[in-house]
Amino acid sequence: MPISLSTPNFLIDRNRERCINCQVCVRQCAFEAHSWDAEDERVVTDDLKCVACHRCVTFCPTHALSIRRFPLEFRENANWTANAIKAIYKQAETGGILLTGMGNDQPYPIYWDHLLLNASQVTNPSIDPLREPMELKTFLGRKPDTLRFRGGKLAEKLPPQLELEVPVMFSAMSFGSISLNAIKSLARAAADMGTFYNTGEGGLHRELYQYGEHTIVQVASGRFGVHPEYLAQGAAIEIKIGQGAKPGIGGHLPGEKVGAEVSRTRMIPEGTDAISPAPHHDIYSIEDLRQLIYSLKEATRYEKPVSVKIAAVHNVAAIASGIARAGADIIAIDGFRGGTGAAPLRTRDNVGIPIELALAAVDSRLREEGIRSQVSLVIGGSIRNSADVVKAIALGADAVYIGTAALISLGCHLCQKCNTGKCNWGIATQDPNLVKRLNPDIGAERAANLLRAWEHEIKELLGGMGINALESLRGNRLMLRGVGLSDRDLNILGVKAAGE
Amino acid sequence: MKRVYAREEVCAGCKLCEVHCAVAHSAYPQDIVKAFLRQKVKPIARVLVEENRPISFALQCRHCDEAPCTKACITGAMQKDPLTGVVTNEETRCVGCWTCILSCPFGAIKRDETGRKVAAKCDLCSSAGTLPVCVQHCPNDALVFAEEPGWRR
Repeated sequence: MPISLSTPNFLIDRNRERCINCQVCVRQCAFEAHSWDAEDERVVTDDLKCVACHRCVTFCPTHALSIRRFPLEFRENANWTANAIKAIYKQAETGGILLTGMGNDQPYPIYWDHLLLNASQVTNPSIDPLREPMELKTFLGRKPDTLRFRGGKLAEKLPPQLELEVPVMFSAMSFGSISLNAIKSLARAAADMGTFYNTGEGGLHRELYQYGEHTIVQVASGRFGVHPEYLAQGAAIEIKIGQGAKPGIGGHLPGEKVGAEVSRTRMIPEGTDAISPAPHHDIYSIEDLRQLIYSLKEATRYEKPVSVKIAAVHNVAAIASGIARAGADIIAIDGFRGGTGAAPLRTRDNVGIPIELALAAVDSRLREEGIRSQVSLVIGGSIRNSADVVKAIALGADAVYIGTAALISLGCHLCQKCNTGKCNWGIATQDPNLVKRLNPDIGAERAANLLRAWEHEIKELLGGMGINALESLRGNRLMLRGVGLSDRDLNILGVKAAGE
Repeated sequence: MKRVYAREEVCAGCKLCEVHCAVAHSAYPQDIVKAFLRQKVKPIARVLVEENRPISFALQCRHCDEAPCTKACITGAMQKDPLTGVVTNEETRCVGCWTCILSCPFGAIKRDETGRKVAAKCDLCSSAGTLPVCVQHCPNDALVFAEEPGWRR
């Protein structure tokens, strides 16, 4: 067999003075980077298998382990980086598409970090959220242009709305791409915090029906797990057109991950690949999309808002305008940093546009056309902290979706190996040995804690700006200033430069 | 009485309970590295993770109400404390005849031949006066110390 040119990415550093050979690392590594040498009675490691997920480091009771970058250097070359060379070795070996997990990790500009928030000084009072009420409540759905009253009461029924206590929801992650315990954690956290989680394309497991009021059920191109009861269970329905990590690409859940439960939930035979086509084959135009939106509304008696999720791509503003006119109540836009359970590496790293620019462009376009109030905007694609949330809302979003941040709260270490199904943290796996590593009681508490912490921080930031209701910040771009951005960037973002 | 209950469905099978139990019952209960590396023979854990993957759970003495080991003990070393209900083996009186091991319906008593032959078993860390160390160190809340099984976080 010809020699493989792959070399380790990481070095497992084991401090032999502290290692007690308890083999906890051996038992925890699904990639088998650690093993037990029975003859020498000691744990040995294979650096080549390490993915830097830190499971062993976290579990080692004597802190004997650390993981470092493997110190093998290629001759310095700013063009042919180690990653570029290694990718070619791999493809020369396999002849296949490079696959990866999680979001775009390339050093593109992060616009959130070039936007700064305002605060009140002298001329208007700031507000202390510990002493004064602060309102974060958010309603997602179509808002009527006018309200008519009769006898002091609303004369017409309002279109259906989703009511959020915090403007943060858990984004679409299917049962199949992540484990049932991971979904249970998010579902419970959403219920505890008065927000929503999204089923993704994986259907709704029976055990999750109890969280129906906090569930957004997704209808995607594969239509997996879609049936009348499924639609009835959810609080809202989301049509998935695209995803930030892989715009224009469908989904592929390999047969190994389709066990009995996934099979039953998705309504496909056990062990078969679940392939979601790249497009919806019944949607080739805005008019077609309108048909599906109204079919779903009809099927649920116009009681649930319908959302349409798209990836942020070049013409996103025009597309969003079309979606609003097609009758969607919510538009969800996923930026190019959005995560995934599996995507072709080149697509993930090169397709789509930053969510900050997409959001600003869409919000501006919908305002210009006078249809902004017809839809709510939900954005996702790497919201990392509460400041990102506040900036997104000031740029024009109604609420945000978090996927990667939510998984990190459950223990994800961003090793980007979701596609292998060997997630050592019990998140992106269907292996029963690994799934039980994520205790949904602990997961639910951690995910809820994250939202609770962000809720406090959002109130703190709002108070500083002298604002006591999130609604007053929505689309209030005067609260933002750009730093280190070009005029063109500032123009698209609709934001003044710092100092202006 | 409070006992240690296992929640099989979230046991990761890491055996950290075994590691920390062994340390707690070693000559260096406060120093895990010394407990394993200074002692010539490896310390013995009184909890055992039973495995038939993916099933795994930690098992230790159930501190039975009618404990057969106390009846079987030929020297009276194995006693159930009438107040706390904890079954302990007084090792100075134990002669290592293993009758308790034969009588235990759970297989929760181990042979300790690191020094003088004695039976080793879970004492619920009674001397420490806190949570049993296996419960304290379970990384996934798969062990709980409670009056009743079925307790949830």
